[in-house]
Amino acid sequence: MSAGVMAKTVRGFTQALGQTLLSEHAAREHGLLQALDPRVKLVGLLALVVAAALSRRLNVMVALFGLGVLLAVASRLSLLALAKRVWLVALGFTAMIAAPALFLTPGVALYRLPVGSLAITVQGARSALLLIARVESAVTLSTLLVLTTPWMHLLKALRTLLVPVEVIVLLAMTHRYVVLLTETANQMFESRQSRMVGRLSGQQQRRLMVNTGGVLLSKTLEIGNQVFLAMQARGFRGEVRLLDEFRLRGWDYVAMFGFAMVAVAAVVAGR
Amino acid sequence: MHIPDGYLSPSTCAVMYAASAPCWWAALRRTRRKLFGRTLPLLSLFAAFSFVTMMFNLPLPGGTTGHAVGVGIAAIVLGPWASLLAISLALTIQALFFGDGGITTLGANCFNMAIAGSFAAWAIYHVVSLGAAPDARRRVVAAALAGYGAINLSALLAAIEFGIQPMLFHDAMGAPLYAPYPLRIAIPAMMAGHLTIAGAAEAVMSAGLFSYLRRNEPALVGISPLAVAGAERGARNLWGALAVVLLLTPLGILASGTAWGEWTARDFANSAARARIAAASGNHALPAAPPVGLARWANLWTAPLPDYAPHFVKSAAFGYLLSAMFGVGIILGAAWLGQRLMKLAKPRSEP
Repeated sequence: MSAGVMAKTVRGFTQALGQTLLSEHAAREHGLLQALDPRVKLVGLLALVVAAALSRRLNVMVALFGLGVLLAVASRLSLLALAKRVWLVALGFTAMIAAPALFLTPGVALYRLPVGSLAITVQGARSALLLIARVESAVTLSTLLVLTTPWMHLLKALRTLLVPVEVIVLLAMTHRYVVLLTETANQMFESRQSRMVGRLSGQQQRRLMVNTGGVLLSKTLEIGNQVFLAMQARGFRGEVRLLDEFRLRGWDYVAMFGFAMVAVAAVVAGR
Repeated sequence: MHIPDGYLSPSTCAVMYAASAPCWWAALRRTRRKLFGRTLPLLSLFAAFSFVTMMFNLPLPGGTTGHAVGVGIAAIVLGPWASLLAISLALTIQALFFGDGGITTLGANCFNMAIAGSFAAWAIYHVVSLGAAPDARRRVVAAALAGYGAINLSALLAAIEFGIQPMLFHDAMGAPLYAPYPLRIAIPAMMAGHLTIAGAAEAVMSAGLFSYLRRNEPALVGISPLAVAGAERGARNLWGALAVVLLLTPLGILASGTAWGEWTARDFANSAARARIAAASGNHALPAAPPVGLARWANLWTAPLPDYAPHFVKSAAFGYLLSAMFGVGIILGAAWLGQRLMKLAKPRSEP
């Protein structure tokens, strides 16, 4: 049991690190979305996510999902990885949440269960399908953005949405330390796991996890001090400047027009 | 708790972004001055720490496991404004990079967990630990309650956001367009898990990390030699203020008349006193005799220092001063006695 909890935590860390590597790798592929200016991609794909959220029609959501799949193929993303990482996870989670709505939503009975007085209603089925389709299409489109854009480019592109420069610096630093602290926590758990013989009681497990958290926090603060000193040594005096190397090319204007047309069409058709 | 895209209508998402934006702006303004000192890496690192602790599988009584958000300890260490920024950063990285929580719902998630959670945790910790000694067990309980209260408030807000969707957004047939459950289902369904598993995880993590920090990094949780010195200075100031107020007590004799409602049975027989009572009561007609209940209970207890003037003291001002010193002495004596009794009942203050 004790090994199970630690193993589960270590597995979570490994998956997170693996996901980071996968994203970095996918963002370097030579595909359709990778070739676009990050600002166009950010605004365009967000517009499609909002269009999916606004839509009230199932066929529009399915069409947006289909567009997401086409863009993934054109961007050389593995559909199998997308299915495992995004589609199945979102489907499982949303289906679990939506399932009771089949019976609990009041309306016209579509199918009455042979046992008991429960009935699937037309409204319940429609509501569950709408929810699943909307979540799948929105999650697919937002994942495309993350998988096809290097993190630093994505952060710089956020300036287009008027995000303050301080927030962008904080996000960039946070992301870097997320990877560092995940790695550190992973090593701490692995070293503890390798020295563990026998089983721990629930209270001992809790103490172990909380103490590990405490040590991680101490390390975090120590790193914070070192980072601050390093920043000062490099001449940091409180001013933040971002290099803006983005340049819009002809293809970006075409993509911008395409995203805008599809988003407007989806909003109009989905009403 | 991390609401994904598609569960809330775009208008709800817009409202939640609009509600969060002023808080982010105010937090940035408040921390901006410090942001380019040590706070910059500290805030990022705390956000990263919060992110990593969310992945800890915490074993809970009953054999299950839960995850903590870390909002309790962040609010205690960083204060509510920096905490809301740190947790918002962690949630943004989760949404943008790991797909945990949606992009359109990021405003709602930040409002529920980072903003409401940080302020709730900070307020609960400070109210529960008010006046507690640095090493008091009550501070650990306060940290646990801060985490527990914060996560449950966040869950309640998320449940309300879910629950209003079917009321506001449905198609012509009545099928809900977004989260399908009304408030009467959404609130109990959401709170059941948070009042038990998620709340317990947050409470355990907050209390555990607080105990760890108090032992190893006391300055971070406001407990340090400096903090103690500050408390001593504060206490000295309080003693000084108390002395000034004591010296000013004779000012009470400058007030004319009787305090409204503090009449004695004898006042009803005195014509001058009756006139004053009537004048102070909007000339409402007084009964001819003192009310029966007042007459019966008025002499139940005779004060040792009636009218703040012991009978052996001739000077009214000195009598006021003596009465004030006597009253303050009784209160301080009672407080000291209570403290001694609590210490006797609790052999060890540190868990």
